[in-house]
Amino acid sequence: MSLVARYLEEQGLPTVVLSNGYDITARAFTPRALFTNYPLGNPVGRPGDGADQRAGLLAALELLASATAPGEIVDSGRVWSESREWMRLIFSEEQPFLSEEAEARRLAETGQAPG
Amino acid sequence: MDHVEYIDKTQTYYRSQGYTRDYAWAENDTCAFTPLAKPLRESRIGLVSTASLVRLDDAGDPLESSRIMGSNKLEVFPLATDWPAAKLRSMSEDHDRFQTDMSDLGAYLPKDHLSAFAEEGLIGGFAEICWRILPNYSKRKVVAVDAPEVYRQLQEHAVDAVVLTPV
Repeated sequence: MSLVARYLEEQGLPTVVLSNGYDITARAFTPRALFTNYPLGNPVGRPGDGADQRAGLLAALELLASATAPGEIVDSGRVWSESREWMRLIFSEEQPFLSEEAEARRLAETGQAPG
Repeated sequence: MDHVEYIDKTQTYYRSQGYTRDYAWAENDTCAFTPLAKPLRESRIGLVSTASLVRLDDAGDPLESSRIMGSNKLEVFPLATDWPAAKLRSMSEDHDRFQTDMSDLGAYLPKDHLSAFAEEGLIGGFAEICWRILPNYSKRKVVAVDAPEVYRQLQEHAVDAVVLTPV
């Protein structure tokens, strides 16, 4: 998604990306990004919490208007849970990222491993 | 900044699964930058996402194919922003399935929030269409095929700025 944002900025269209992956967003050098340290799949906010989602979206829009230089990543500062265990378990042997069915489907579609 | 080192973790994880070729994540040290030309309350916003969703008919049957990953073909899928959430099904496999189930669209495709922001006057407007693209291992294809089409359609809808949500 950072690649699309970079392309749009080249064409003269301002962008803001909402991201759960700080390192991926930073490495791609994304024009503007609001980072939230929630598990993948929640770039805007916490499921079932409309107020949190609105807060994330508003923060992203404020960054859209206020940024003055490319590459700024703002941490929204929101915390998923008191425990950081989910951060350890993602992409681990204990919690394989894809189900066996999903892995088979992806390999069938692309012939490539996810990554 | 507290965050998961996804690049390192995925590399270690997939090597442990027997894969020998690491994924080459996009890496850049600069980019173009376009300031917002108008205040937010006057700016018309567009929404683009890699959220894997299929539209459903009234009987709950898919109206679209359910590919998970992009191919080399043009893959830009418009979605009316007033399409009801109850008639969308997430096909995502790119979320943390142990923490979230993608049942709440507002967490990753905030079309209803942006519609509300437009009604409340926080933004100048929200395009009638939002756009879905597929995750793709080919960075070249994303930049050369999908991104120009996304831009063309955003222009058609007179968008001033874009919110993007990767999933």
